[in-house]
Amino acid sequence: MQSGNTKYIWELLNTVPDPEIPVISVVELGVIREVKFENDCLTISITPTYSGCPAVKTFMDDIKTCLTKNDINNFELKIVYSPAWTTEWMTDATKEKLRKYGIAPPSNIVICPQCKSENTTLISEFGSTACKSFFKCDECLEPFEFFKCI
Amino acid sequence: MSSLFTYTLRIADSSLILGQRMSEWCSNGPTLEEDIAMSNISLDMFGQANGFYQYAAQLDGTKSADELAFRRNEREFFNHQLVEQENGNFGTTMVRNFLHDVFNFLFYTELSKSKDETLSALASKSLKEVKYHLRHSSNWLIRLGGGTEESNTKVQDALEELWMYTGELFEMDNLDTELLNNGIAVDNSALKLEWDIMVNKTLVKAKLTRPEEVYMATGGKKGLHTECLGFILSEMQFLQRAYPDAKW
Repeated sequence: MQSGNTKYIWELLNTVPDPEIPVISVVELGVIREVKFENDCLTISITPTYSGCPAVKTFMDDIKTCLTKNDINNFELKIVYSPAWTTEWMTDATKEKLRKYGIAPPSNIVICPQCKSENTTLISEFGSTACKSFFKCDECLEPFEFFKCI
Repeated sequence: MSSLFTYTLRIADSSLILGQRMSEWCSNGPTLEEDIAMSNISLDMFGQANGFYQYAAQLDGTKSADELAFRRNEREFFNHQLVEQENGNFGTTMVRNFLHDVFNFLFYTELSKSKDETLSALASKSLKEVKYHLRHSSNWLIRLGGGTEESNTKVQDALEELWMYTGELFEMDNLDTELLNNGIAVDNSALKLEWDIMVNKTLVKAKLTRPEEVYMATGGKKGLHTECLGFILSEMQFLQRAYPDAKW
C-alpha cells in the first residue's frame, strides 16, 4: 500500500461507481469530502446525497471492498453532514456523462437529454430515486429523468 | 437523561413516525407517480430520523439508534400527535403533511443556526429535503382544494379534523427553554406567526377556509399520545420485539 498518498486513494475511489447511476463514480457524484492519513490510518469523509438514500450503504460497502482489494486495511469511513451535499459540486464533465446516459443534469432549465429541447414538462417531483424528478419532452415526446438541483 | 438527548429524541421521533405513516402508502398510492413520491418522502423521513437517533445514541452512550427506534414503548415516544394521525384518504395525508411540512421548514431553518454543531448540520441537511416535501404537499392542497366540489369537501374536512393537533407544534416546556437559553434549541412559540402566514397563503390559493380556533390537543412532548401511536408501534416494532437483535 502507498501509505500517505492521498492522490492514489482519490484515483482508487474514482473507480467506484454510483450504484444507481453507474456511469459516474462516487468522486464525480461529490460525496467524497476528504481523504487524509493520520498515523497511517486512512480516513475518508463521506456525505450522503439525501438522508434516506439507500445507495449510501451500498457505495460505502463498495468503497470498503475496493480498498481491501488494493491491500488497504487500516481505514475508517466517516459520515459528515455539514456542509450538506449539493449538486453544485458536480463538474460540467460529470453533467455531460449524465446527459449521455439519458438523465437531464441539474440546471435551472430542464433540457431534454435526447433532443436537447427546452420545451419540457414536469410529471412528478419524485422519480425512481430520491435525487431525481420525472419529466417529459414536449418536442420529441420522450419521458426522462431530471437530476434535481439541491 | 440529558436535556440535549431528550431534545434530539423528540425531533427523531416525529421524523420516524411520519416516515412510518408515509411508508403505509407504498403500493397503495392513487397513481404510480404519487406512490413513488410518498415512498421517497418516507425514505427522507427515515434518513432524517436516523441522523438524529445516531446523535441521540452517541449522547446517551448505552442504547443504539435501532434500540431507540424499536425498543421503546408508546409513553417513551415524544413525537407530535399530528404525525401519528391516520393517513385517511389521500387528501387527509396531504393536509396532515402540509401542516407539518410548514412547521418543519420553519423549525429546521432556525435549528440550522443552533450552537450545537451536529444539530445544526442535521437541520441544514433536512431543510433541503423538507423544502421539496412542502412544495409537494402545498401543490396537492391547491389542486385538491381547487378541484371538484368533492375534493374540496374532503380536504376541508381533513383540515377541520386535524387542526386541533397543530397547537402543540408551538409549545415550549422547561427543557426547550433551558436549551433555548444555551443557544441550542429553537423557540417554537416564535415560529407561530410565520406558520400562520404561510398556511393562510396556501389555504387562500386552495380555496379552503381556515378552521375556527378550537381546543388544542397536547401531550406529545410528555409521551402522551392518541390511540394511533400504539398501532403504529406494534407494526413497526414487531420484528425487533419478536426476534431481538435480528439483522438483515
